[in-house]
Amino acid sequence: MSDTRKLSITVNGTTHNATVETRMTLVDFLRHELLLTGTHVGCEHGVCGACTVLVKGVSVRACLMLAVQCHGATVHTVESLAQGEPQGKLNVLQQAFQDHHGLQCGFCTPGMLMTLTEFLRDHPDPSEAEVREALSGNLCRCTGYQGIVDAALAAARKMREEVDESK
Amino acid sequence: MDTPEKLTGFGASVKRKEDPAFLRGEGQYIDDLHLPNMLHASFVRSPYAHACIGKIDKSAALALPGVHAVLTFADLPEPARVNTLPCLVPHPAIKQLKLPYALAKDEVCYAGEPVACVVADNRYIAEDAAQRVEVDYEPLDAVNNCRDAVEDGAPLAHAGAESNIAARFLVKVGDADRAFAGAAHVFREKIYQHRGGAFFIECRGVVAEFDKPRGAFTLHVASQGSHRIKRSLMEMFPLADHEVRVLTPDVGGGFGPKGSFYPEYIDVAVAAEMLGRPVKWISDRREDFMATHQERDQYWDMEIAVDASAKIIGVRGQLIHETGAYTPWGIVLPWITATTVPGPYVIPHLKLDVLSVFTNKIQTTPVRGAGRPEAVTVMERLMDRVARELKLDRAEVRRRNFIQPSQMPYKVGIIFRDGRPVTYDSGNYPACLDGALKKSDYANFPARQAVARKDGRYIGIGMAIAVEATGLGPYESATVRVATSGRITIYTGASPQGQAHKTTLAQIAADQLGVDYTDIDVVTSDTAAVALGMGTFAARTAVNAGNSVHVAAMEVAAKAKKIAAGMMECLEDDLELAGGHVRLKSAPDVKKPLREIAGRAFGMPGFSMAGGLTPGLEHTAHFTPDQSAYSNSAQVAEVEVDIETGEVKILRHTVAHDCGRVINPMVVDGQVVGGVAHGVGNALYEELKFDDQAQPLTTNFGEYLLPMAADVPRVDLVHLDTPSPLNPLGVKGAGEGGTISAIGAIISAVENALEPFGVRIAEAPITPMRIVELLGEHAKGRTA
Repeated sequence: MSDTRKLSITVNGTTHNATVETRMTLVDFLRHELLLTGTHVGCEHGVCGACTVLVKGVSVRACLMLAVQCHGATVHTVESLAQGEPQGKLNVLQQAFQDHHGLQCGFCTPGMLMTLTEFLRDHPDPSEAEVREALSGNLCRCTGYQGIVDAALAAARKMREEVDESK
Repeated sequence: MDTPEKLTGFGASVKRKEDPAFLRGEGQYIDDLHLPNMLHASFVRSPYAHACIGKIDKSAALALPGVHAVLTFADLPEPARVNTLPCLVPHPAIKQLKLPYALAKDEVCYAGEPVACVVADNRYIAEDAAQRVEVDYEPLDAVNNCRDAVEDGAPLAHAGAESNIAARFLVKVGDADRAFAGAAHVFREKIYQHRGGAFFIECRGVVAEFDKPRGAFTLHVASQGSHRIKRSLMEMFPLADHEVRVLTPDVGGGFGPKGSFYPEYIDVAVAAEMLGRPVKWISDRREDFMATHQERDQYWDMEIAVDASAKIIGVRGQLIHETGAYTPWGIVLPWITATTVPGPYVIPHLKLDVLSVFTNKIQTTPVRGAGRPEAVTVMERLMDRVARELKLDRAEVRRRNFIQPSQMPYKVGIIFRDGRPVTYDSGNYPACLDGALKKSDYANFPARQAVARKDGRYIGIGMAIAVEATGLGPYESATVRVATSGRITIYTGASPQGQAHKTTLAQIAADQLGVDYTDIDVVTSDTAAVALGMGTFAARTAVNAGNSVHVAAMEVAAKAKKIAAGMMECLEDDLELAGGHVRLKSAPDVKKPLREIAGRAFGMPGFSMAGGLTPGLEHTAHFTPDQSAYSNSAQVAEVEVDIETGEVKILRHTVAHDCGRVINPMVVDGQVVGGVAHGVGNALYEELKFDDQAQPLTTNFGEYLLPMAADVPRVDLVHLDTPSPLNPLGVKGAGEGGTISAIGAIISAVENALEPFGVRIAEAPITPMRIVELLGEHAKGRTA
């Protein structure tokens, strides 16, 4: 019964060639075929944001996108965030989450991080209200968002300082 | 002891050990488990809230390639056809105990009740097949609402039941009726609180394995306590202790409902045994809306009697609590609710007639707050009413009625759900409220309100005060073990879902063992690692597991010193633990590593240890609290209401919170702030709607609104730390207070904002639509 297609996809810098069912969602492909389980599934209808990943640098709901739609695309997941850091180090945003208690159960966290990775790249100096607006597509039931907002603002500050230093 | 290690122990806001893995996407949640040969389950669920089940035709489903089994009630092994799921907390007041089977037998009592379990190569095929299972249903009248359910002639939630009343009991102090007769003022309020849910971002899930040669099950469950899941399984099946192991992996939020025992866990285990392969089931969000326990449907009809100076003489009334289709937690919720009503106030006479009532909706069991938010909201509505009627400041009415610190320990005169009299152990309620009022600049609010009203803005302020039973027993297990490698591990039945047990429990042990908290591993909720356990719910882990760890670590430290004293030929009193060693206080360089001491404690083959210490550098403790430790909180909300759209914006939110001594202030702040967000949802947004045949109408996050980042205010915190005298650490629970007093405070603030229109609020949530409706009902000459 299954309709399949060939898929070539580059995830976190590694290219994978696979034959997948056309109906398989991107998030199921990442989690259950590539075993990149950092991307989570919270609602399967595009509201909670736990499955947020970057496709061609743009945030998408991996539960609402089919894997085959990503043929030829580059995808970045939470597992990519610390790739450029020295062994054992978190990136600036990840570290800010730990420093500001921006996570409790950790389940929404990968989606939060990916949403903010895109947002802070495009808005290096956001206000608190802008951060809260940017996070409105990501649900968290543990933290009350305060730690997440604080982490985002602190990370933005740190990233601006690093840019200034490199000038 | 001024060693640097001390800085990371009890009381330090150290960073969480859990975080790096979670931040890298390396958490191990239930759906991250990929076992070889694993199959996937999907459930056929009743589309009706109440129906008889006729013939079930599985043939079309079984014909689908990749389908391995379709289980119905008839396919279950005998114990699961004889036994229902167990009641976790039986109680003599329960007149009718109704519990589900692992798959519906002949009647379904809520929409979403599991009827068949389909197992296939993958989830996609399993869902395809589930749609092909044909079930003949004969719909029965359903009852949607607990208030309707107690009326004469109401449809019965269970065919053949004597009535819809599961339990009825009286909670009584003094003689309320006599006291009311002579009261200067009596005010009556009818209040409705609607059901919401936990809505953890990770849905429920289970993976079951069956090892045929050993005849043993291993279940991985996204739970709030592996040991209670194991116990429930053993109530249904005649399994030996070694034939079931339950593990709880990282859990993406619990908030109560993951602490329940659900039919799917049994079905998946049965399928794993039958098929000889591991089977995984992960709830999707629609299933979560239909088949994960919910909470908070209650109707209240209450009266308060006060004297001329606003001092409470008595409170009386009726609480109709909706248990939903079944009673898996007995009457825990209505009992907690009823006994939380008195709160921080002196109430000489109290009489509550409490009914727990069946409906054809998914059952209610504890959700963050567990009956307490409802009670606090009701009591605080009554206090606001007294203030309004007697034209007194709302804070002043509370002050006149507070139990004073000098009255501690204070006997309320009723029995709590832990079987012990409600006796508040410690707390300073006047100081708590004053702290919140001061921080929120309550004194200057009238000026702020006057300015706003001149601008045509409607702002309001409200408050609520709660006393909260936390740290419920019976116990929690903790084994502290120094391995012969020198590595230190804590094993406990406590079962975190975000509360940072792996950090906070390590902090407690670090103090005793003279190491950094990062040197201690914490293994939670594995029934093979520690024999007994209760799990994490009811804000109980700091008190129960925390003190067990404290006691166990102290014993291990004492044992290490005894052994070292023998090895070093000195007195135990001359020794201390620091940096992974036992060393001489007077000469810190003279020391023995814990590794060597643990090796000595392990023993050598053939050498007698008779007459000496028990083997192993380890100790297991089960701290058993005498009764609950009572936390307290006061919240002040300041809101603005848009009278055209009904939108409520929280301008400022303050929580004064007292949970005794604090293990990790950062973690406690996080618990409180997160709890407030849950309360914001319950106060303003979250509403599970059903039609008159109990058909759920809100089954996704588009229809059911969780608070988002832009909805939840920044919370200002005030800390009090009145130690509990009831446990060695002096701690109380912190996980629920943020929610418990938030709802009442926000509702009060909304009512205060709408004072010019005479709007009275006697319900939660108060949604924008309801606010506009109420303005329509009550508006005094407002022009469009």
